[in-house]
Amino acid sequence: MVLAEITGLFLSWLARLITGAQGHWKGCPPTSEQRIYFANHQSHFDWVLIWASLPSELRARTRPIAARDYWTSSALKTWLTTAVFNAVYVSRTRATPDEDPLEPLVDALQGGDSLVIFPEGTRSNKGAPQAFKAGLYHLSEQFPEVQLIPTWIDNVQRVMPKGEVVPVPILCTVTFGAPIRIEPGEDKRAFLERARAAVMALRPGGWKE
Amino acid sequence: MRWLKSLNTGEQVAFLFVVLFGALLLVSIGSVLWSLRERPEQEQEAWQARWARFRHELNMVWVGACLFWAAWVSGPVGATLLFGVFSFLAFREFITLLHTRRADHRGLIMAFFVILPLQYVLVGTRHFDLFSVLIPVYGFLAIPVASALADDPGRFLERNAKIQWGIMVCVYGLSHAPALLLLDIPKYQGRGAFLLFFLVAVVACGQIAQAVATSRFRARPVARRISRSFTMKAWWIGAFAAAVAGALLYWITPFKAGQAAIAAFIAAGCGSFGVFVMQALKRDAGIHAWGNRSAITGAVGLLDRIAVMCFAAPVFFHSVRWYFRAAT
Repeated sequence: MVLAEITGLFLSWLARLITGAQGHWKGCPPTSEQRIYFANHQSHFDWVLIWASLPSELRARTRPIAARDYWTSSALKTWLTTAVFNAVYVSRTRATPDEDPLEPLVDALQGGDSLVIFPEGTRSNKGAPQAFKAGLYHLSEQFPEVQLIPTWIDNVQRVMPKGEVVPVPILCTVTFGAPIRIEPGEDKRAFLERARAAVMALRPGGWKE
Repeated sequence: MRWLKSLNTGEQVAFLFVVLFGALLLVSIGSVLWSLRERPEQEQEAWQARWARFRHELNMVWVGACLFWAAWVSGPVGATLLFGVFSFLAFREFITLLHTRRADHRGLIMAFFVILPLQYVLVGTRHFDLFSVLIPVYGFLAIPVASALADDPGRFLERNAKIQWGIMVCVYGLSHAPALLLLDIPKYQGRGAFLLFFLVAVVACGQIAQAVATSRFRARPVARRISRSFTMKAWWIGAFAAAVAGALLYWITPFKAGQAAIAAFIAAGCGSFGVFVMQALKRDAGIHAWGNRSAITGAVGLLDRIAVMCFAAPVFFHSVRWYFRAAT
């Protein structure tokens, strides 16, 4: 257990050394309320960056989502995701047709943990994030009291482009916005579009390309 | 004076630090006492803002003095490491402000993880000949080669020029500060700390005098679109204030009073122009606020603080070294 903690501290130190990992709390203070942080996804580094920019008290109860088939394929990956990050595993393929892929997330939220999710579902490196998947809407519907925090991770795609192994030191910021919720009568598409706009609005310097 | 001369080098350096920290302590205590004075209600808010800014600046001076002391106490290895870390952080900030592309990746890795450490190893081991040419000669070739191998001709010259410029300022320029600590000048062995202190003190004096002159005298800014506050009049006042400070401090240096004044003038003048150039660069990168108040990722404010040293230190170092021919 001690080794896992040391590894965690080392990784967050490394993330700070390379990227600064500055957390900018623009729309909400860093408190221990139960939250779902949803962010744009550009690199494998994203989760570590969000994690390193959280105050250490919040790290233990804030969990990432990991694909079960990939992150349990070796002993090291399993140890990293279980012992260090306490990840929530989800299956990318359904074993039976009526299995709910969101179930592990629901369990974690019922347990009182906060989650970090990347609702695009995959990494995008073309500037604007892709359309959001519906999972965010369903979770918010089931847990209306959990705060939904839009989060923008800036610059991380420059740190480690696809196919490179060594990261280049470049400053990144993680901006946390004001919580959003499903408005009465709002349908799924409108909500997801609004959530995506809330994430994009946080980009430092705005959207003038 | 005679008493000072009777001390050995180590004791003189210790005395320098006692004086430095004593003066800082007096300023800190004095400012706290002064802050307790009663003030009329309507001035309260403006005063609070000024006080907060002053406190911030004073804290920075404290941090700087402690780092200077740490650099001296830890000897060549510590000083080199310390400034190496600063170079790394400044270069990181600089690169953040550029638009790097995928093809720059290998070149940047080489700059950060090969050239930067190598430069500081050369300082720490006092290989001053190779140290002065590593980046302008060898790095100048190595980075574009790494970049060209990535097979992306788009904006090739621009990208490489920016990286080379950044490494010159943040690594080459700043590495001359620890080099001053380690430079051996005939009949001046072991007193590098004085030389670095002299440089920092005169440059700081020049900057303060320039800031005061800017706020007191109205003059036409030379380049309004780059800096609304930079005027040649203030520059001259700053450089001359540094020269006077240098002449007053000549006894801690290997110079005579006149030489010290000229050296101080050159260092402060170059440093001030350096800050101006850095301002132009930040404008180009789209950052308008100075310091850590901007909304752009990467504007942390470290570069603003050390820009003056990045430009003053190499000029000062090479002037001193050339003048005394202190080849080692």
